[in-house]
Amino acid sequence: MDKVISIDNFKEHLKDGLSIMVGGFMAVGTPEQLIDAIVESNVKNLTIICNDAGFIDKGVGKLIANNQVKKLIASHIGLNPKAGELMGSGELEIELVPQGTQIERIRCGGNGLGGFYTPTGIGTMVEEGKEIKTLNGIDYLLELPLHADFALLYGSTVDKHGNTMYTKTLRNFNPVMATAADKVFVQAREYVNEIDPDIIHTPHIFIDHIIKEVK
Amino acid sequence: MDKNEIKAYIAKRVSLELHDGDVVNLGIGLPTMVANYIPTDMTIHLQSENGLIGLGQAPGENEVDPDITNAGGQPVTIVEGGVYFDSSTSFGIIRGGHVDVTVLGALQVDAKGSLASWIIPGKMVPGMGGAMDLVVGSKKVIIAMTHTNKGKPKIFEDCSLPLTAKSQVDMIITEMAVMVVKEDGLYLTEINKEFSLEEVINATAAKLNTSLLKEAK
Repeated sequence: MDKVISIDNFKEHLKDGLSIMVGGFMAVGTPEQLIDAIVESNVKNLTIICNDAGFIDKGVGKLIANNQVKKLIASHIGLNPKAGELMGSGELEIELVPQGTQIERIRCGGNGLGGFYTPTGIGTMVEEGKEIKTLNGIDYLLELPLHADFALLYGSTVDKHGNTMYTKTLRNFNPVMATAADKVFVQAREYVNEIDPDIIHTPHIFIDHIIKEVK
Repeated sequence: MDKNEIKAYIAKRVSLELHDGDVVNLGIGLPTMVANYIPTDMTIHLQSENGLIGLGQAPGENEVDPDITNAGGQPVTIVEGGVYFDSSTSFGIIRGGHVDVTVLGALQVDAKGSLASWIIPGKMVPGMGGAMDLVVGSKKVIIAMTHTNKGKPKIFEDCSLPLTAKSQVDMIITEMAVMVVKEDGLYLTEINKEFSLEEVINATAAKLNTSLLKEAK
């Protein structure tokens, strides 16, 4: 099966109300061309799961600035003033999650786990409404998995099977998000026939569709 | 001291708390400057929570690689022996107790070792990023900050802002003093010679125990 699709074909998958995980950290390792396609499609009421709110003109920040996002689940929104503004006016719901908790919730979502107990957030606003369990004398919060309709990744090298590598600090949330969505799309900076099986970050079975980056 | 001298003084004093071989996470802003004062004969493994250990010097203008960034999204370099990893491994390192020292700023710190750094309700909501995990998981937590904010105290008996974590801070280093958090409160251990004991006490809204006070390093 050929996994390569065009950017127009990617747009045909989009619809209102989707939950979408987007790889990247301060927009480093974010598939910008897929984000641009979502902006052009103008689908609405999206739930975006990403480390941060990006910038107004970079990363998922572009979707927020274009009023396409209903809810954002992120650890940090400080570099995108539009996110704070829309949260203040009630137009954007934001769930702030400690970064380590967010990545682990995604890992649980992709790894068949029902949740996990973490000491992070004990004694803070983060614990509100959550089960607290004391194990070996330490208090932990129960945190639940995150799963999404789509995951959008940025691969620095992707082979024709879908095997993916993320160079340097582009990796961040990408390989974990690859495991936690119904459909996984990767923007390929470089598309090759084959990658050495020893150095692959994401095995091909996780990747549904490859979109070659337009240089 | 002007603003830059204050920052440099604090960063330099923090650097004296590091030991050869330590894995250290430096927060954005002032804490990042600590890297400038690490003795050259000492190996410190700087961790950046976006996914690397072996953070190097800031790149020169022509050496910027946009694929290598720190947790603030700024371009950085990686030292020989450095390593990249994903966010799950990164926070496994952090929560799992594999970071020896974390250095970060705060809006407020209190005598119980609690800190507030991620939200001023109704005013500013940047989010906690990785700070909550870092202060809970690191073996030693050092707050590096100016002693006051426009003359108003930042060190209290109890924080009034929403907490980043409860009772996790080990040490507070400011341009005026060094304080250590113990079970029964805050101990003033050093005073910058440019300030008097009275000035430090007046700039602090928590009781300071002076029984461990010694000469500044």
